[in-house]
Amino acid sequence: MRLRYVVPALVLVGLVVLFAAGLKRDPREVPSPLIGKPAPAFSLAVLGHPEQPYTIADLKGRAVLVNFFASWCAACRVEHPFLMRLAGQGVEIIGIDYKDSDADGAAWLARHGNPYRTVVADPQGAMGLDWGVYGAPETYVLDAAGTIVYKQIGPLGEEVWRDKVAPLLGAGP
Amino acid sequence: MRRALAVLLLSLPALAAAALSDEQQARYDALIRELRCLVCQNETIADSTAPLAADLRQQVEAQIAAGRSDAEIKRYLTDRYGDFVLYRPPFKAKTWLLWGGPFVVLLFALIVALRFARARKVAAPAAVDREALQRLLAEEYRREPKPDVESR
Repeated sequence: MRLRYVVPALVLVGLVVLFAAGLKRDPREVPSPLIGKPAPAFSLAVLGHPEQPYTIADLKGRAVLVNFFASWCAACRVEHPFLMRLAGQGVEIIGIDYKDSDADGAAWLARHGNPYRTVVADPQGAMGLDWGVYGAPETYVLDAAGTIVYKQIGPLGEEVWRDKVAPLLGAGP
Repeated sequence: MRRALAVLLLSLPALAAAALSDEQQARYDALIRELRCLVCQNETIADSTAPLAADLRQQVEAQIAAGRSDAEIKRYLTDRYGDFVLYRPPFKAKTWLLWGGPFVVLLFALIVALRFARARKVAAPAAVDREALQRLLAEEYRREPKPDVESR
């Protein structure tokens, strides 16, 4: 009976395909349910200026990158030069100093350079929680209406920028 | 002094949880064992020591204290982190394979096993009528006695 040899072979091929596809996926990347939804509201203050509030309204009107970083975050150091380059090209990046002390965040930026148009302090991680952040760095791409169109978990780099983010920003800078 | 300090330290978790009634505490204990820590991924937020897990535990505690139901709290978390935070994700279009997969495999295995068993049954000799066989053998011996039996 030939079926006896064909069926296991087909099962094997199926499993190989399934596992090969699984190998390419990063289990650390949890897809965000917020993609395509309006960015959650928040009410924080600009880093070093507790009297200067910063809210969701400040993110609307143009496409922006919202980057969660922290002085304690090693991968943020890896990402940092690329953000500096983007900032140099005129891309607006809003930095969220996530679960960090204001002094440490400010010192980190002073030492390595500041790629952010505005830096917002989120010392308790309250905004991070509402935005579904579970590590740093994480970067959200918002369109002009304030809708989250993409989320990058882990450092943003040339490849992701070119393949995923730049097309969303409509061949922007 | 040292003893007083030890007593104080030991009672700290109790103090922190004092806001919850016994019933709320039971719900809290059950709920944090059903929620996944997104940092460690294979640990519940009850087991994980990651700062995010501590934040999520605090959220759960605060929301229980505020009178929100388990379903509301789960909803709050899945709105932010997706179904991945639940150790028992809901059955829906995206997760049918997750829930149904094992049964599909089981069904497939049963079909294969059935086919295999049927194939074996056909190949096996039909039930033997012992008497008929004896008669046949006896006839055979009578007609052509085995040479070595003859020679003795």
